[in-house]
Amino acid sequence: MAEFHKKVTLISNESLGNGIFRLTMDAPEIAGAAVPGQFIMVRVTGGFDPLLRRPFSVHKVTAGSTVAILFKVLGRGTALLSEMKAGEIIDCLGPLGFGFPLKRNGNICLVGGGMGIAPLYYLAQKMISTGQGRADDLVLLGACCREELEPFADEFKTLGCTVKLASDDGSLGHHGFVPDLLDEVLSFKKINRVYSCGPFPMMKSVAMKSMAAGVECFVSLETSMACGIGACLGCTVPGTERLIHVCQRGPVLAAGEVLWEK
Amino acid sequence: MGKIDNKSGNKPVDLSVDIGTMELANPVMTASGTFGYGREFTNLVDIDRLGGIVVKGISLEPRSGNPPPRIVETACGMLNAIGLENVGVEGFIKRKMVFLRKLKCRVVVNILGDSVEEYARLAGHLSEVDGIDAIEVNISCPNVKKGGVAFGTVPAMAKEVTEAVKKETELPVIVKLSPNVTDIVSMAKAVQDGGADAVSLINTLIGMAIDIKTRKPKLANIIGGLSGPAIKPVALRMVYQVAGAVSVPVIGIGGISTAEDALEFILAGASAIQVGTANFFQPETATTIIDGIAVYLEEQGEVSVKGITGSLRLQEG
Repeated sequence: MAEFHKKVTLISNESLGNGIFRLTMDAPEIAGAAVPGQFIMVRVTGGFDPLLRRPFSVHKVTAGSTVAILFKVLGRGTALLSEMKAGEIIDCLGPLGFGFPLKRNGNICLVGGGMGIAPLYYLAQKMISTGQGRADDLVLLGACCREELEPFADEFKTLGCTVKLASDDGSLGHHGFVPDLLDEVLSFKKINRVYSCGPFPMMKSVAMKSMAAGVECFVSLETSMACGIGACLGCTVPGTERLIHVCQRGPVLAAGEVLWEK
Repeated sequence: MGKIDNKSGNKPVDLSVDIGTMELANPVMTASGTFGYGREFTNLVDIDRLGGIVVKGISLEPRSGNPPPRIVETACGMLNAIGLENVGVEGFIKRKMVFLRKLKCRVVVNILGDSVEEYARLAGHLSEVDGIDAIEVNISCPNVKKGGVAFGTVPAMAKEVTEAVKKETELPVIVKLSPNVTDIVSMAKAVQDGGADAVSLINTLIGMAIDIKTRKPKLANIIGGLSGPAIKPVALRMVYQVAGAVSVPVIGIGGISTAEDALEFILAGASAIQVGTANFFQPETATTIIDGIAVYLEEQGEVSVKGITGSLRLQEG
């Protein structure tokens, strides 16, 4: 694995509404090396507050040139990033960790919730660009409301995926959570592999449903991280056999490796 | 070794320093627990340029560490409660030394234990391993046999550990001091009396953070060690006090993130410094500091790091 530490130029910082931003960087080395599911560590300030880099999964890649990340403003780090303008320089480290297994295995289903949608877009993009995508590939997306769902739904449709939606408030698609959609899908279609990313309770539900149905399931986990390269040992999650360092062994893990019940 | 040609191409500045019998090409090391076992930084840092690296603390048996969450960011700093996770001494020798042995920089192994005997056994064992230049003793651990009181908070216990380690090894022994004490000078003197070849300070300051929404501690361990720029003034004060009270070399640690930070510690009396938390957010910090020290010496018309160590001016004129 080769990661790059680069000061890159911001090409655009797009506001998608509801505090969601898509930041696109001119980062050819990272773009060339990144596998879907991998992440980059971004320094949000040249100073010491906030101190640590922020991990973001690779959201979109233009072959050999740009990398985009997707985020919602939650704290000071994301607030600072949201204020950055095209042309500014940003310090990035990546791509890091292990991504999703890409070799196609039968019928696949992508299940994303909230900002967890981010890496799934690059996954779908890669599947299609490598000739592995199919029009009946299912993408199940969930978010709180129409505003946080619609932009992404349209983009997945443009890629040629079959998209099903769920919103917490019922303003778009199924009124409820995205794992409900997985139940429905599993009842009418043979799925061989599920790829998922989203809030922990959502992924837990997706993992449980997949495993119960005998479907192979890969999840991309999110944790606090200090370094992203396996030095601080801070990003652990409980695994079924031992503690897992998300930045080194993940962020993508087989659902069966994660201890979902505490 | 240790000479860097300055930009003007005139006289080279001498960056080399001595820690006991160990000569470092320059005074910049990386602190234990912040640089893994070195290899993690291969693609990001020219490790051979460092004065030395101190590897993640090693115990006799592997340790799995604390449950998550283990880290939390704080203002200009971070709290960690990793819980001394490490591969154990056998795993370290078998799997980590192969890489470390090839490095041009000094390799210091940090050790930790639950009893005086464990420290002694570790020191003895590591002394027989090729490629290790010094041992750093982490005394911020609870002494299980003495009711869990940290070795690093009772001078007599710290001295006892130091003596036991010294008895087992010919390697230079650095004792890493905890700042969570009433009087760090008495700790430094105690380990000097115990035969320490150098002291390094400070380890993390014990701290805490609470999530007010859930009313839960942000760390599973409730409390953890504070590090980063937030602790630098405290560390600098302690280095200054200790350097004035002991004759062995002092290695300054605590929030060092820039060459200016490093130079403050050196002026306060540190013979060398360790970069810790900065490795996490800016991996090339240590090499940037090496360059910055060389530039400073040149600007100041100084010829060596040794020449400015402890050269703090307390009164004008």
